[in-house]
Amino acid sequence: MSIAPTGGGREAVTDAANGVAAHVGRRTVASGFLFGCGIAASMIDLFVFHLGLQWHHFYDLSTPEVALAADGVFHAVGWFITVWGLFLLADVRRRGDVAWRRWTGAVVTGVGAFQLFDGVINHKVLGIHQIRYHVDLLPYDAAWIGTAALLLLVGIIILWRTRPARAAR
Amino acid sequence: MADSAGAGRPLIAARMDHGHGTGPGTGAPVGSGGTDALGWAAVDGVLVLFLVVAAAGYAVALRASRVRSRWPVRRTVCWYAGLGCVAAALLGPVGQAARGGFTAHMTGHLLLGMIAPLLLVLAAPVTLVLRALPVRAARSLTRLLRRRAVRVITHPVVTAVLSAGGLWVLYTTALYPLMHGSPLVHALVHAHVLLAGYLFTAALVGPDPDPHRTSMAMRSVVLVAFIASHSVLAKWLFAHPPAGVGQADGQAGAQLMYYGGDAVDVLLIVLLFSRWYATTRPRARVPAGMRTGP
Repeated sequence: MSIAPTGGGREAVTDAANGVAAHVGRRTVASGFLFGCGIAASMIDLFVFHLGLQWHHFYDLSTPEVALAADGVFHAVGWFITVWGLFLLADVRRRGDVAWRRWTGAVVTGVGAFQLFDGVINHKVLGIHQIRYHVDLLPYDAAWIGTAALLLLVGIIILWRTRPARAAR
Repeated sequence: MADSAGAGRPLIAARMDHGHGTGPGTGAPVGSGGTDALGWAAVDGVLVLFLVVAAAGYAVALRASRVRSRWPVRRTVCWYAGLGCVAAALLGPVGQAARGGFTAHMTGHLLLGMIAPLLLVLAAPVTLVLRALPVRAARSLTRLLRRRAVRVITHPVVTAVLSAGGLWVLYTTALYPLMHGSPLVHALVHAHVLLAGYLFTAALVGPDPDPHRTSMAMRSVVLVAFIASHSVLAKWLFAHPPAGVGQADGQAGAQLMYYGGDAVDVLLIVLLFSRWYATTRPRARVPAGMRTGP
């Protein structure tokens, strides 16, 4: 971790520094995870599927009202946690060096987790919208949910490999 | 404005076309033209008076407090830009077109209900007034701001309901067509939109001293709920345009509301967190202030 024990002699100082290090470490993961979920919710959908591929439209007019309300909440939370994640990153940065590999692992985990949620809950359970219209959905759903699971797995592996050493305590 | 569905409501469509063609002040059916034209002119007059008073008031307060520490230029710029947005939303080409079409109306509402309030709040007018007033008067003002009634009216939940709830009432009831037929209703709706927008923005991210400031968690939840309500209403309007608004115009206006609203909403989130970021600045290398979080 970035904030090393300063004195070495006094135990209180070491404990405090360890507490800070653990806190900053948790905050690094939280920042990455929130940012990953956030960009998956707010940006990937907007830039890739609405503007890039144009598979999605503004609103397909077929959504039930409950799902429309849920979609509004996901939309708001998506932007909120994107910004939250970035501010947490800035906070970690002003307290010391950022463990970038660990942060990246948390981002990949976040993207995977949200995409899995999107593919299963939003598309299949709530039926807010579909990936593409007028086509056989099965390969699209399989690809979307499959890549989500893969991203989640890769993210968790990175997080596992970058976990802080226990010996420091 | 092309108004295909408007054909079903000839009265409103006729009024709107009239307003669009001949400009503010004459947007009335020919029959009752005299009093209505007078009404629209009176509304514009009151608005100009408000703008002049607000512009002059800020300048007077700046002058009265010039002996104190420097006032940031960006705040002054924000105030006049905010007043400019109010003027642009209600007077001139946008204000004129807004009486005819829904998309233009929505442009005006983004300016009046979101961008202008944000700029006016960032200009910190209460702080400026407190600096400009003599100590005794400033103390009375602070006492006034500490009142229970002010606490209620500036609570994030109340301001969000006033602001977002007002929009639902405006677009899903008969208020929208009514507003285009009556200068008085028109003026009241716009005054509400600006004032509710100001109180909402000030409660969340205002730089002015706020004795009733609620927690970061409260403000976060309210902001998320507000953004959700805003985006749901935009999609609802995409499918169900207000009475007298054509399908194409309604859909373009709804998308403008959604994406334009999003841009301002993201700005509000950034401002909310930048306040948190400033107030949780670490003072030492020990864990002071580490507990706080949103």
